[in-house]
This record gives sequence, C-alpha cells and structure tokens, in this order.
Amino acid sequence: MRYIAAPIAILTGLLVLLGYFVPLFAGVQSTLLNYAIILAGMAALVGVGNLILVHANKIVKREKGMVYSALLLVTLFATFIFGIFLRPDNVNMRSLVMSVIVPVETTLMALLSVTLLYASIRLLRRRTDLMSVVFLLTAVFTLAASAILPFLGDSPLTGVILLVQHVLPLGGARGILIGVALGTLTTGLRVLFGADRPYGGK
Amino acid sequence: MDLIGLGLVVFAALLLLVLSLIKRKSPPTWRVIPQLTKLSRAVDLSVEDGTRLFISLGRTSLLTPRAAAPLAGLGLLRHIAERTSLSDNPPVVVGGEASLALLAQDTLQAGYQSMGADDLYQPMSGRLSGMTPFSAAAGAMPIIRDENISASMLVGDFGVEAALLADAAERQNAFLLGASTDLSSQAALFASAQEPLIGEELFAANAYLDPGDSRSAALTVQDFLRWVIILVLLAGAVSKLIGLI
Repeated sequence: MRYIAAPIAILTGLLVLLGYFVPLFAGVQSTLLNYAIILAGMAALVGVGNLILVHANKIVKREKGMVYSALLLVTLFATFIFGIFLRPDNVNMRSLVMSVIVPVETTLMALLSVTLLYASIRLLRRRTDLMSVVFLLTAVFTLAASAILPFLGDSPLTGVILLVQHVLPLGGARGILIGVALGTLTTGLRVLFGADRPYGGK
Repeated sequence: MDLIGLGLVVFAALLLLVLSLIKRKSPPTWRVIPQLTKLSRAVDLSVEDGTRLFISLGRTSLLTPRAAAPLAGLGLLRHIAERTSLSDNPPVVVGGEASLALLAQDTLQAGYQSMGADDLYQPMSGRLSGMTPFSAAAGAMPIIRDENISASMLVGDFGVEAALLADAAERQNAFLLGASTDLSSQAALFASAQEPLIGEELFAANAYLDPGDSRSAALTVQDFLRWVIILVLLAGAVSKLIGLI
C-alpha cells in the first residue's frame, strides 16, 4: 500500500502547487482541495472516536483524573444527542454550547495572562542571558510607554516611543517570518520529493 | 501567472535536488543550537530512566499554508519514535486537529516498524487533545501532569495558549522545548519555555538531530536563499536611497 501512497501524495502535492501559479491547473487544484476537505471531515470523526477511546480507557483503568474523563464523555454525548434533535443552528442549542465554551475559554485566557506574567518574572531565574534581559526591558518599556504616550502630545519622545513600539518590532517580525517562510518552502519541497513522508512508509 | 513565486519554488527545488545528490567529502558544520543538544540528551535520558516524552504538534490543519510547522514536527516525531522504540514507555503525541492526531499515530507506527519493534507500538500514544486551541491545551495539560513525562516538546503551530503547556511542564520539572511559527506564540514561549526555538530553528531541528544528505541540503538551501533575500533587500534600500526606484 505504501508504494502507491507515496506517488499519489507526490502527484497530488505537485498539482495543488501548480494550481497556485498556473491558471490551467486551478480547477484541478480546487477539486483536489475539496477532496482533502472531505477527508479532513472524516478525520475529525475518527479523531473524536480516538478521544472517546482514550478517555473511556482512562475510566476503565480507573486512572487519575477519570472523573474529568467521565465528565468529558457525558457532555460530548449530550451535545451530540441535543445536536441531532435540535440541529446545530437552533438558537437554544447555540446558546447552550456558547454558554459553556465562552466562559471556559475566557477563564483559560485569564489564567494564561497570570501564567505569562509569572513566567516573565521568573525568566531571569530560568535563563540569564542578554536576550532575556532585552526581552524583559522591551516588555517593561512597551508597557510604561503605552501608559504615558497619551499625555506626551507632539514631544520628541513620542517619536522615539513609536519607533521602538512599531518600527523595530516590524523589522524583527519580518526577519523571523522570512526565516519561517524559507523553512516552510524547503519542508514542503522535501515532502513533495518524498524525502519526508508524514503519511507513514519507511 | 506569478512568475517570481514559481521561479523561486523551481529554483529552490533544483538547488535542493542538486545539493541532495552531491556527496560531500566532509559533513557540513552548522552553528550550535544549545536547545537541540539538550533535547537530544533529554530523549536519551527518558529512555534510560523509563519515563515518557510528550510531543504536541499544535492545532493547525494540514490544509492551511501554516501546515509546514506540524510537518516538521512529524519529521522530528519519526526520529524520536525510532530512537525511543525500545523504551518501556512510548512517547505520547497529541494534536489539536484530528488529521494531525491520525498522522501522529501513523508516524509513530512507521518509526516502530522501521526499528523492527512493531509489537511495541501502542495506538493510544497518538491522541486528539481537543478541537479548539484552548481545549487542546486543556486536554494536553493533564497528560504532562499525570503520565510520568520527563521531557516535553511543543513543535508546530501554536497560539499563546502554548504558555499554559509550558507552565504545566515547569510544574513537573520536566524539560520543555518550545518551537512555533506563530510570532505571538514565540514571544509567549520565549518567556515561559525552558528551551525556546526562534523562527526557522524549528525547521532545522530534524537535520540537527538526524543529519542526512537531503536534510543538510535543505538547510543549505535555506541559508543560500536567506543570503539572496538579504542582498535583494540591501540593493532595494540602496536603490531607494539614491533615487533609482
């Protein structure tokens, strides 16, 4: 099977890539991407099956945190059943789902801000180097500058603050993104050549 | 037709092909990335002391342009699966997207097969941790806490929620390598991860841990193209300065 998988994957990848540059292949690209979306939808179902198996296994083996696993499975099946009867577009169904998801994710976001603050305070204990010092100084400067900026008006300091807040980060971000883009290019080409096969195979 | 884009891809492909086929007399030398040296040591230590490795591939669909990061993560996973195939405790791999979780299982299995340890492969080692960024992070945190994890790797495309995973690893005194292509995530990981990788270092991890002709060639192509872009940027700046453009 793996002997067939590699040529199919490489040919499909080449056609999708060509679709971005050559208008002649745009139709083929669109069709192949539609197939991929259907496959991704199926993968989501299989993935949920995997989630159920992992947590059911935890409950059967009475592992630590099995109560949370049970809660996850109960809510998952309840959402599934309500979704089938009420339909996902139903106002009550949407309200039910959103009233759980929004507060939980907002709580995690709040937790994240505390975690990041704590991590920043501990940064110099974990890693004492020049980059860590620059990182912390920049963070402190940006916060302090944001606080005083509205009161500065057209003073020369405003220009310096805006330079540090906007121009320097933009240059750095573009540098990092160029590196990421080049890494993306070579990774994609290696997959297209079959040198890396994330779809199994030896 | 975007000729510049097509030209860049074809040029990079030809360069990669040629450099992969040329047999170099001496192995290429790269700058040391201490984080990857420590990762290599952490992987060996986990096999020796019978603890597990945790790998998160992020939450990006493979149908998006950001899919290269999880693909690089899968390459790293393959190497780690081969290296830890005889460990008592196999690595746990999670994805915040279903197709990633399935590919993780496939990659793990392929790694075990290539080492002749098919029977040691456990399908439950590759898991879907959640369907949204925060639920994926919330689903992965208990794994770091409860499953005897000694080293964690976040290699893929994350958001700022990666900091929650970094915090969970730190609470367990576990080694953590954080690598993401997202800028905000890189900033969060720089502050919270024990060993963060910045920018393209994520794509170099595979070549550093498992050097080979084609992986070395990929790094050389990246370096070459980076110099070309630097020269083009400088030429553009000078041209603008003297009023040519």
